[in-house]
Amino acid sequence: MSGGELNYAANPVTPRRADAKLETWLWIAQRGSAVVLALCVLVHLVTIIYAVRHGLTGAAILGRTRGNTAALAFYFLYVLAIAVHAPIGLRTLCQEWLGWRAASLNWVIGAIALALFAFGLRAG
Amino acid sequence: MDMLQVSVWRGAASGEYRSYEVPRQESQSVLDVVTYIQRSIDPTLSYRFACRVGMCGACAMTVNGVARWTCRTHVAKVAKNNTLQIGPLANLPVIKDLVTDMREFFDKWARARGQFASGSGTTRKDGFARVAADSPERVAANAGIECIGCGVCYASCDVVSWNPDYLGPAALNRAWTLVNDVRDGARAERLAAVAGDAGCHACHTHLSCSERCPKNIAPTASIAGLKRAVALAAWKGEL
Repeated sequence: MSGGELNYAANPVTPRRADAKLETWLWIAQRGSAVVLALCVLVHLVTIIYAVRHGLTGAAILGRTRGNTAALAFYFLYVLAIAVHAPIGLRTLCQEWLGWRAASLNWVIGAIALALFAFGLRAG
Repeated sequence: MDMLQVSVWRGAASGEYRSYEVPRQESQSVLDVVTYIQRSIDPTLSYRFACRVGMCGACAMTVNGVARWTCRTHVAKVAKNNTLQIGPLANLPVIKDLVTDMREFFDKWARARGQFASGSGTTRKDGFARVAADSPERVAANAGIECIGCGVCYASCDVVSWNPDYLGPAALNRAWTLVNDVRDGARAERLAAVAGDAGCHACHTHLSCSERCPKNIAPTASIAGLKRAVALAAWKGEL
């Protein structure tokens, strides 16, 4: 068999630095947002259970949370963490399951992130 | 005499499992079985081995669906009802029968910057570097340094089967030992080479590599170390 020997010179290491940077920052962003989400989901669930067990109506809940800066800040953070976390995971799924690795994927994922953020804030 | 029913992969990418009857012996290894078939039944069977004692890593094959060193696997341990299925390693192109083409596997070591690069300004005229045996870097390098490149982890890795560009557990483990080599001078280049979709960030922590490694190395831990080192480098703007 020809070409069996390992020739480092003929096997250039060309790290795609921009690519490595992007992927690494996406990884950091997803891990970071996961930490935030772990906390937010817990607070969110406890709040829901509290509200349900005390028989609070939707209107009563809104009455308490509307104009509440703390609630606004909390849900802003929550929505932001979701908008960061979910699209990065979706991007990995598209890459691994669909083999979609073109630049177009990043644009679509970016759009999904923006949409999640916008609709999330609106709902919040 | 007890007989083993052995089905062995014959062919290349396309082929079939063919059945052979092999006399069962005491303390018989799977490599003994393959050797018996080639020497006593069908001399056209191709397989690879060298040391027979678990030092060279040449005889790795898929035994009953699991990648193993055949020389260090007793038949008694794996044969169910005296049957064995022996195939080539997964995730590698098959050249013939039980022989795979390992080039891509080793090329990935080079792509992951698996070669030592001397630090800037040091030459062979300099004295020996002193590395404390109990320093954290030395301990981390020690944990992965005994790899002999058999390819068992690579054949067991789900991510390799999904993404053929993925560098794989062995190459990343090698890179991690060098990241912890305080004499090495190519840290930034290596971290850039192992980051991203084809590198450490693709690992899903399935742990098959760590489960199957015959040397009891944990490439998963090495890959996790790389993730941390790469993240830290990116944070410091050194990537």
